[in-house]
This record gives sequence, structure tokens and C-alpha cells, in this order.
Amino acid sequence: MQIKRGYLGFDVGSVSTNVVITDEHGKPFKTIYLRTHGEPIAAVQKGLHEAAKALPTDFQVLGAGATGSGRQLASVIIGADTVKNEITAHAVAACEQVPGVQTVIEIGGQDSKIIIIRDGVIADFAMNTVCAAGTGSFLDQQAARLEISIEEFGPLALLSKSPVRIAGRCTVFAESDMIHKQQLGHRREDILYGLCQALVRNYLNNVGRGKQITPVVAFQGGVASNVGIRKAFEEALGTEVAVPPNHDCMGALGAAILAKEEMERKKAQDDTAVSKFKGFNGAKLDYRATSFECTHCPNHCEVIEIHCDGQVIARWGNKCPRWDMPVQANKDTAKSVKDEVAIAG
Amino acid sequence: MAVVTFPHLGVYTPAFTWLLTQLGNTVITPQPPGKQTLTLGAVHGPEFACIPLKMCLGTFIEGLDQGADTIVTSGGVGPCRAGLYGTVQREILRSLGYKFDMIVLEPFRRHPVSLLRSVHKLNAAGLSPLRLLQTARQCWAMIKACDVLEHALLKLRPREVEVGSAERVFQRGLKKIFAAHNTAEIDQTTQAVLAEMQRVPIDPNRDPVRVGIVGEIYVLLEPEANLHIERILGEYGAEVHRAIFLTGWTEENVIREGDNETARQAAAPYLDEMIGGHGQDTVGHTVLYAKEGVDGVIQLAPFTCIPEIVARAVLPSVSNDHDIPVISFFLDEQTGEAGYRTRLEAFVDLLTRRRDKRRKAS
Repeated sequence: MQIKRGYLGFDVGSVSTNVVITDEHGKPFKTIYLRTHGEPIAAVQKGLHEAAKALPTDFQVLGAGATGSGRQLASVIIGADTVKNEITAHAVAACEQVPGVQTVIEIGGQDSKIIIIRDGVIADFAMNTVCAAGTGSFLDQQAARLEISIEEFGPLALLSKSPVRIAGRCTVFAESDMIHKQQLGHRREDILYGLCQALVRNYLNNVGRGKQITPVVAFQGGVASNVGIRKAFEEALGTEVAVPPNHDCMGALGAAILAKEEMERKKAQDDTAVSKFKGFNGAKLDYRATSFECTHCPNHCEVIEIHCDGQVIARWGNKCPRWDMPVQANKDTAKSVKDEVAIAG
Repeated sequence: MAVVTFPHLGVYTPAFTWLLTQLGNTVITPQPPGKQTLTLGAVHGPEFACIPLKMCLGTFIEGLDQGADTIVTSGGVGPCRAGLYGTVQREILRSLGYKFDMIVLEPFRRHPVSLLRSVHKLNAAGLSPLRLLQTARQCWAMIKACDVLEHALLKLRPREVEVGSAERVFQRGLKKIFAAHNTAEIDQTTQAVLAEMQRVPIDPNRDPVRVGIVGEIYVLLEPEANLHIERILGEYGAEVHRAIFLTGWTEENVIREGDNETARQAAAPYLDEMIGGHGQDTVGHTVLYAKEGVDGVIQLAPFTCIPEIVARAVLPSVSNDHDIPVISFFLDEQTGEAGYRTRLEAFVDLLTRRRDKRRKAS
């Protein structure tokens, strides 16, 4: 049976932009994975375009949510009902996908985080702040140096019989350690698994420091597809680590679920409430971001302006209210954009 | 006649301008330490020094460039290195070729002679001891008024209908306070501004979570250093309780009359040693907030600050024992707010969901 209505979730990160489409009960049935390439607006528009292609023309969007570091930008373009940080989004998705989850380990391209969940609510969390040694970009880099694809990395690492010890504190040390061990003649799989262990040590010492990691443990984010890292976590924690099926787009899934919760809340208050979703034609509109430095005071705020077909529709980056968009005007432009879409469509 | 400048300190800055002017000095009022100020401080300051040193150093350079020939700054006692910052900054500025006089105000109880000498130097108008006392009292009244109004602002922010409306009234009110002629007028103005703030439209249905902010005094009081955390939290719908106000006028004194447990006493089971700076207070305030039923605590600290690092190591036990979520932020030169906002928003979410769940359960 074809699904006719559901929710959209956008997770606009620094490396990837993910879109998840769920049915009306919040179950995901379509995921889209795109590289952000430093151009979040284009990525969001491409996401909208791909989503429209994958869906029947009469698909009804009941609600849309945005998360990730580019959530503000995404929310303006798609017309999001909820704009939430990725920590909340990841936790919400984990609770849905991994029953009884108590600990969420999330490692993405540029960041990693730990979320402690008790009784279905976030009790504590931490994000990496200082270095990228524990993230996917580092693994990518090292795989490239060993001339293996990142997909081969995990299975190869699992072949290791006696992993070598590699310094995990810092990518620079890790790399020089690896080169040294290579030159001594250690096998490639032992070095790879040693690297997995180093990454896990780094994660547990930095991000996981002082946190009570209790099962059920969920492992998500792009790096969760690496079976080597998963095994290293299981060894270090002495417990099984669950990797949910949509592990690489949990943020987007969380955003969709949050949108669903929000719309249900709104509907409970007002039966006629509708989503702010601006329609799939947002992919075709001309969005542009410009910035300027306000010189009105010594703060020198870098103000970002988002233009849609030549009109300023949103502004942020200012510390004082000088450049705030009047709330009313914001609503009006949102409407006019919708009208344009209606005309264009 | 001396041309004086001094460190910027949040909303209180004009009160010090007023005081130094009354003493007969020409005053160059420091600007809020924005990006440029920080850049100046970071270029000329030691790499591993904390953000208060860098921001103040930048402020001094800006003041000297505008023609200041005297810098007034604070000293300090105890193991926190900020007590030596006056000297460090003086040497850095001299090596840059600036010619100026540096007056470091030391605490009266430890260094009475030094403080009196400094006051004598700054008293260019030759005010009599009685006039001096009156002037100091009026300055104190201004600072107190700032605290009273800011306290009201913290309550209004998460409840106002239009974001920023309470702060506009507050900022206008501060101008009136600093223009008042005597203590009686300051009191009247404070009441008038308070009344005006109470008229700011609020949404009575909102039920904000309560967040305590603890940590080092400079990053707590200087919004430029903490990326305007109170405004951000207000936006996210949290009511902020700040542990340090300049007058020491804290809400605990008002709410919990008769019960005089100080922050240091509260910290004693965890940290029974004066470790310098505000490390002990950070721990103590967290305990007190937990006892008051505040929903969560945020620790703000300058990066590389030893007292706060020690406190940070102690806080997980406090959090555990008193069942209160605590999050720490170490602030440095970065001005990118994305990661900061993400954590703050997630923290407020955490507190809200946790509180609502508990309410349902009980």
C-alpha cells in the first residue's frame, strides 16, 4: 500500500545532510543521504527535490522538523514546525528505535556525543569539544592513507588477531604511531583494529568521562556502520552494543518524530492546525545568503541575511535587537512564499 | 589631571565612570569588549592566560589609544593568578611602548594602606573624607539598583510576550539610574523603573524551568565573555538564577531569611579549602541551588582557570548526591555560538522534560 501522508525530518550537518520521511505513525520508510559540501542551502534544496521525486505527487506532509548545525537555515527553507538541537533529536530517535536504551553513543563526521537516557528522558549529555581524533573524518583520512575504502575498514579490522597499541589522544600522535608500527612490519588488520581501540579509548576518556554507561547501549552516527569500532566498544564496555537500522540518519528521524509530537500537540489544542511546511517547490526558489558586519557598536556582529527571490526572509547573527526581523513581517513573508509556491505549483 | 580608564564590567560600567569623574578625573569609559578588543588582548597577552586577562588587556589598549594615562584595575588575594594580572598587564603594555600609571585596587582588609594610597591618588578633586564616603555610597547605590533591576529582568525574560521587550525597558531604566543626582533619587528611579518593567506584557501560562548559573565572576558578569548566556537561556524559556551579583545581593538573602548557610559552608563536604578565585563558591552555590529546588546548574569558567577546573572535578559528585543536572562551559576566544547554543538548548530541553516527567509521577 502506498503511503499518502507523513512527516519530514531534515538533519543538516557540516558533512552530510539527511532527510527522513516517515509515515503518519512516525515509522521511517525513506531516507536520503546527501553531502553538504559546505553549501547547506543547496543541500536542503536538493533534499527537498529528492524527497519530492521519491514520493507520490499527492503525498501530504503533516509536519516537518529540522535539526543539525544548519537547522536554522533549513527551517527557513522548508518551513519547519520544530527546530531542535541534534542532541534532543538523536535521543528521541534512539528511544523510538532501541527499546529500553540507556546510553547513546553517537559518532559522526566531525563530532561525537554521548547521551545518557533514564526512563526515556535525557539525564545527561556531552559533546566532543576540543579535537577530532574520535570522529569519522579521522578514520576516513587514515583509511585513505592505507589505501583502503572506508567500507572495507571494519571487516578488515575484524580479522585482527593481535592488535597493536596506537596512541589515541591526538590525531597527530596516532598517525605517527601508525606509521611507526607499519614500518616495523605489523599487519594491516592489526593496525586497523588498534586504531579502532584507540578511537574508542579516546571517546570514553573525553566524551564519556564521568558518565555512567549502562546497557542498553545504542551506537549511531555514520561511524556506527564500522563493525571494527562496534566490536572495540563492546570489548571496552563489556556489553552488547546495538546499532539501529537507520543509525546514520537518526538526527533526521528524531526531527521528524519531534515534528509529529509538535503537530499532535497543536492539533489537540486546535483541530484546524496545519504544518508550516512550505512545499516541495522550495527546491526551485532562489535562496541566497548574504552577510555583513554591523559597525554600529564595537561588537561588530556578523549578520546573516537569507533572501528568497530577492526578498529578505530571515536574519540572524546579531546580538542586539537592531537587525531582528519583526515577528509580524516574518509571518507575512512566510505566507507570501507559500502563495508563490501555490502559484508556481 | 589624570585621564583614567578601567576594565569593562557588564552593566555596572557607568557607575565606575561616574565615581571616577566625581573624584575629579577625566574618564575614558571602556566599550563592551567585543571582537576587536578580544583580538587585541589575544595578540598581546600570553597564550595560556584566561579570557578575563585578554579582554581587560584589550580594553586597556583601546583606552590608552584614546588618550588614557592612568589605568585602574582590581588586585586580589589567594591562589588565583588574577591577583597578579595587574602587574602582568602593566609589563605587557609598557613593553608595547605605552606610558601610563597603573593603580591596582587591593582588598581593604588585607592591604589597607595600599588601598588608601590608591584612593588618594585618584582623588584629584581633593574631596574631603566625608564627601568621599558619600560619593562611594552613591556609587554603591547605583550598583545595587543595577542588581535589583537585573534580577527583575531575569524573571521577566522567559515570560515576556515579545522577545527583548523587558530588556529594552531595563536598558532605558539603567540610563535613568546613572543620571540620578543622589541616593534618594536613585531609589525613586529604581522603583519607577521596576513598576515600568512590571507592565511589560507577559504570558502568565508559561512555566519556565529554573537554571542556576555559577562560576568565575568575570565571565558571569560580563555578557561579552559569556556570549550573552542569560539572554539565550531566556529565549529558550529558562528562568536564570545567577550566583554572583556585584553587591552580593543574592536572592538567597531575600528568600531564605534566617537561614544563613553560605556558599562556602555548603561547599565544605566537597571542598573544604579556599582554592582561590571562585572555585569553592561554584561548588557551594551548586549545592545551595539543589537545596532550593532549582532544576539545573550551569558552570561558566574561563578556559585554563585552575579554581574552576578543580570545581569541575568535584561537581559530578554534587550532581549525583543532590540529584541535579550540571553542565560546564569553559569559555575562551571562540565566538562561534552554534555549539554553545546547541548545548544550552539541549540542556534546557533536558531540564524541562525531566521536570514534567517528575510532576506527572508525583
